[in-house]
Amino acid sequence: MEAIAFYVLAVLAVASAIVVIVHRNPVMSALALAVNLVTIAGFYLVLRAQFVALLQVIVYAGAILVLIVFVIMLLNLREELKARSPGTFQKWLGPILALVFAVVLGRAMLAHAAPSFPAPVPGFGTAAALGIDLFSRFYYPFEVVSLLLVVAMVGAVLLAKRRL
Amino acid sequence: MTVSDLVFDVIVSLVKIGAVIAVLFTVVSIMTWVERRLSGLIQFRWGPNRVGPLGLFQPIADGVKFLMKEEIVPAEAHKPAYVLAPAMALVPALCAFAVIPFGPTVEAFGRKVPFAIVDIDGGILFAFAASSLGVFAIITAGWASRNKYALMGGLRSSAQMISYELALALSVIGVLLVSGTLRPMAIVERQAGWFWNWNAFAGGWQILGFLVFMIAGFAETNRAPFDLPEAESELVAGYHTEYSSMKFAMFFMSEYINMTTSAAMAVTLFLGGWQLGFPVPFSGWPLWALQVAAFWAKVGALLLFFVWVRWTLPRFRYDHLMNLGWKGLFPLSLANVMLTAVLAALGWVRR
Amino acid sequence: MEPRLVLAVSAVLFTLGVLGVLLRRGAITILMSVELMLNAANLAFIAFSRQAGTAEGQIYVFFVMTLAAAEAAVGLAIVIALFRLKGTTDVDEVSLLKW
Repeated sequence: MEAIAFYVLAVLAVASAIVVIVHRNPVMSALALAVNLVTIAGFYLVLRAQFVALLQVIVYAGAILVLIVFVIMLLNLREELKARSPGTFQKWLGPILALVFAVVLGRAMLAHAAPSFPAPVPGFGTAAALGIDLFSRFYYPFEVVSLLLVVAMVGAVLLAKRRL
Repeated sequence: MTVSDLVFDVIVSLVKIGAVIAVLFTVVSIMTWVERRLSGLIQFRWGPNRVGPLGLFQPIADGVKFLMKEEIVPAEAHKPAYVLAPAMALVPALCAFAVIPFGPTVEAFGRKVPFAIVDIDGGILFAFAASSLGVFAIITAGWASRNKYALMGGLRSSAQMISYELALALSVIGVLLVSGTLRPMAIVERQAGWFWNWNAFAGGWQILGFLVFMIAGFAETNRAPFDLPEAESELVAGYHTEYSSMKFAMFFMSEYINMTTSAAMAVTLFLGGWQLGFPVPFSGWPLWALQVAAFWAKVGALLLFFVWVRWTLPRFRYDHLMNLGWKGLFPLSLANVMLTAVLAALGWVRR
Repeated sequence: MEPRLVLAVSAVLFTLGVLGVLLRRGAITILMSVELMLNAANLAFIAFSRQAGTAEGQIYVFFVMTLAAAEAAVGLAIVIALFRLKGTTDVDEVSLLKW
């Protein structure tokens, strides 16, 4: 049951990611990214991290992606439709570098993979379990992140505003 | 878990899903009639009164009409996105209702069966996640139609939904603070007893949160004084200008389902959900039948309020809308969170 | 389903994100590719969290999400400023600091 869900999600995730980077039209890329983000949330559910899965949909799909789509429509981006294709140098070297990178990354991560997942700990992935850790051991990082958000907000307003 | 358990779970889930969808679509068709009759009453005219007694069969006539209309796809439209958009509107609208408890957890055939399609730990978040996906349908519809008015409608709605989602989510945090859980069923169970134990009243002192939730709810469902995405006097019909036949009907239905969901959310979070609000001397199935009825009665009352507001208040101007969202509701909901935290810390909130 | 498979998917998604950044020229598509990479990293975090049975991985994901939100806000603001200045979002056109 979980295995079937996993393979379906894997195919969907990779296919939508390819559409994101290949499609000429930024709006279609954004919609493909939406599919990708939701499938990632599906992976989280299969891995029993339910709270993070819900956060993923709310934060990524509900907020970040809406912002991206909003900007695409605001700028009415048509140029990317007729954007120049990548230069020959870029076209050949890019995939080769990416492939090398994939091999290095894959080896590094797979070296730490256990042969199978252990039985889930009771309470794993619930809001309560996450909240207790977040507000005790990770309290200072949490506060720093809130500061980061304020800085980002000020920066975004300052950059995008025509006149202050 | 044995095979019989699994079969039982699957059957019960299917029955619940079927029942909820049937009820939702019935509510939608009744609401289209109520909306027009009430608007007629408010504007001192009749409203639909020709089809059946009091015009009650008008929704059926409308349904038939929608099915018979011609499907039009604009020549310039981006076809896949254009066709997909109505489905993208309807599916999240239906999904969000899955976590809302419309009755207590009862014993049936020796097993516990909750009166909610699913009773999960992060239920409230699930409802928010589902409703936050609805905005994509509107953006996609507006963009795919290749029509200035539709695009403007889509842009407006995305800005509006991002802005008001903040206030909506923050207004709920007060309830979560006093309840200490994200499970809708547990939130409702905590509001038992007399009606002053409901979260909006002495159960949590969330009257401010309730107010913000309702106003933001109007904006999230693109209704009432905040229906700018489809402001007919400026944008023809906004994002669904180019849609006809069943595709339009799907947008229409999803608007009403969203309205029902946000009314049901308000009832669950602030108005005691399926709790009766007064003690009764009996228990067993008469009690829970009454409780299910109480839930739908409360939802119905809020829906009437939605309609009443829509036909009473004039539409907001766009900058006024943004001002209200960011400078009015957002600080108010933050203040509500602070206030509730202080009340909870002082121990003045019933745990 | 085993950890290797999940991590393999994560690596593939990350590589696709890298490819997007290397091959595309539209600033917004590049931003979206960066989001792809962040998500792939998050997937690996969750996989390891599940493998270890602790909540740390999930908390890192929480922080990465906040970072992604900040990155998107600032990044898109830069794109808007760029569009006002140049009338395009092609990153090859942005060569003011290059000589």
